[in-house]
Amino acid sequence: MDLSVRIGSLTLKNPLLAASGCFGYGVEYADVVDLSSLGGVVSKGLFLAEREGHPAPRIVETPAGMLNAIGLQGIGVRRFVEEKLPELRARKATVFVNVCGTTLDEYVEVSRILSDAEGVDAIELNISCPNIKEGGIQFGCSLSGTFDVVSAVRKVTRLPVIPKLTPNVTDVASFARAAEEGGADAVSLVNTFLAMVIDVETRRPKISNIVGGLSGPAIRPIAVRMVYECRQTVKIPIIGMGGIADARDAIEFMIAGATAVQVGTANFVDPFIWPKLLDGMREYMNRHGLRRISDIVGTVDVRAKDKEWISS
Amino acid sequence: MPIDVAADVIANHPLSADYHVLALAAPAIAASSAPGQFVMIKANGVLDRAGGAGSHDPLLRRPFSVFEVLRRADGAHIGISILSKRIGASTRLLYDARPGQRLACLGPLGRPFTSVETPAAAWMVAGGVGLAPFATLAESLHARGVSSTLFYGARSGAELFYLDFFRELDVELVLTTEDGSAGEHGRVIAPLDRRLAARPPLAPVMIYACGPEGMLAATARIAMKYGRPCQVSVERIMGCGLGGCYSCVIPIRGDDGGAHHVRSCLAGPVLPGDQILWD
Repeated sequence: MDLSVRIGSLTLKNPLLAASGCFGYGVEYADVVDLSSLGGVVSKGLFLAEREGHPAPRIVETPAGMLNAIGLQGIGVRRFVEEKLPELRARKATVFVNVCGTTLDEYVEVSRILSDAEGVDAIELNISCPNIKEGGIQFGCSLSGTFDVVSAVRKVTRLPVIPKLTPNVTDVASFARAAEEGGADAVSLVNTFLAMVIDVETRRPKISNIVGGLSGPAIRPIAVRMVYECRQTVKIPIIGMGGIADARDAIEFMIAGATAVQVGTANFVDPFIWPKLLDGMREYMNRHGLRRISDIVGTVDVRAKDKEWISS
Repeated sequence: MPIDVAADVIANHPLSADYHVLALAAPAIAASSAPGQFVMIKANGVLDRAGGAGSHDPLLRRPFSVFEVLRRADGAHIGISILSKRIGASTRLLYDARPGQRLACLGPLGRPFTSVETPAAAWMVAGGVGLAPFATLAESLHARGVSSTLFYGARSGAELFYLDFFRELDVELVLTTEDGSAGEHGRVIAPLDRRLAARPPLAPVMIYACGPEGMLAATARIAMKYGRPCQVSVERIMGCGLGGCYSCVIPIRGDDGGAHHVRSCLAGPVLPGDQILWD
């Protein structure tokens, strides 16, 4: 059974990646997960400098989901390269680094530093964090900004460049196209949905940043739809995410058009989820006589409009 | 290394309309947990084998200090209990949990209390549900012959629990209630302050505190005032318990003098009171 998938020049041993911001720097999970068993680990977002992020409370639970506004607390790219990357390499993890910037130059500089470091396999460009005022989202919410960041980073690295797209736009697919035109090797989507929770007793927001990003199973059907739309629009691979909590959810994203998937919030609930997801994927492949998991990518059958709809 | 146990509910004893003690069969967690450590419990069941995250509403696990380590008569570990108060969706479900149910329980997690040896005394300061980490700490102190005192504050006398448990471990009790229905009328900080003022400077004492953050801040300040070491067990809204989400941060004073957010699940939940930037 072949679980491997290709993202640009990179072959992943399976389609499962730990999503940025949901897995620390990876090393936090080294005792509970065999990091080399994952398709990849996507680091927490990194700027040039260290950041302290927002004050607590930073999360609140919502129906089948959660809201977060961490504010991209992070140790900065240089400390990451010095302190975290060696252990990730020793653990044989496939490392995607989530790159942030407040300016175009910062994205380029962080990417350049990572390209010179040993053990980085891909760059995910964070142009979609909804929770900080400066940087990121200003690029991700503008077609020309998306194109500019991707093409600027493209020029300074041979690593796969994968912008992570925000769902907080009218037409995600047009941003996927701008990324493709800028030279992206793939796109990942979706980041979280900007949302708000208010305590009606105190009339105060429940997180310090007032608004935050919604994740978890609650957003999955919207994310699946967005992956499907992007699949119709671009040729580069899509890394899909948004509320995946079991193997069926992951396969749903792949059928919609994702070549690989990321799992975030579910890892908070179950840090031991990874082997279960892989077992579930193998079980699905067995049941459907699939030899290669990549064969299901983008195979959603929307032609049979006149057939009877039967739920499985 | 933490493990995840599909733990049978052994018993669920209500202590009041809000408080209860929930006993879970988790011998491996019981055997490896140290006083001050915590578990993450999924209040609505276990996680299914296909990688399902269990029921999605509520979605996340909630953190609880290990309250008691449960043993058979022959000393073999049975499991743990938690002391919980009904506040939100998960704690409401836990209050109603019944034997026969199974709950996913991940642990032990976090940094435990640092122990203290005779001749130092141990003073535990508990507010409300903050009593939770002190049952196992008191057992550990008693086993090593450390003289210990529990300063325990609650809203009313009806919410002062497990007093006999601590008495049997030779823990001196200093009780306060906000309504004056038992012990001293007022907050637990007042008798702590008086006792510290009266204690000879050369008689060492370690202060341990768990409870509402205002109480922790006041305890840490009093400890600093008298130059006493103080360990506080903090509770911040936590997402994962393993350092993945960066939700449960608390600001501390770093070596560089600046404020830094540390994850209370990894750096804590027990932290030095004098390092936390309380406001």
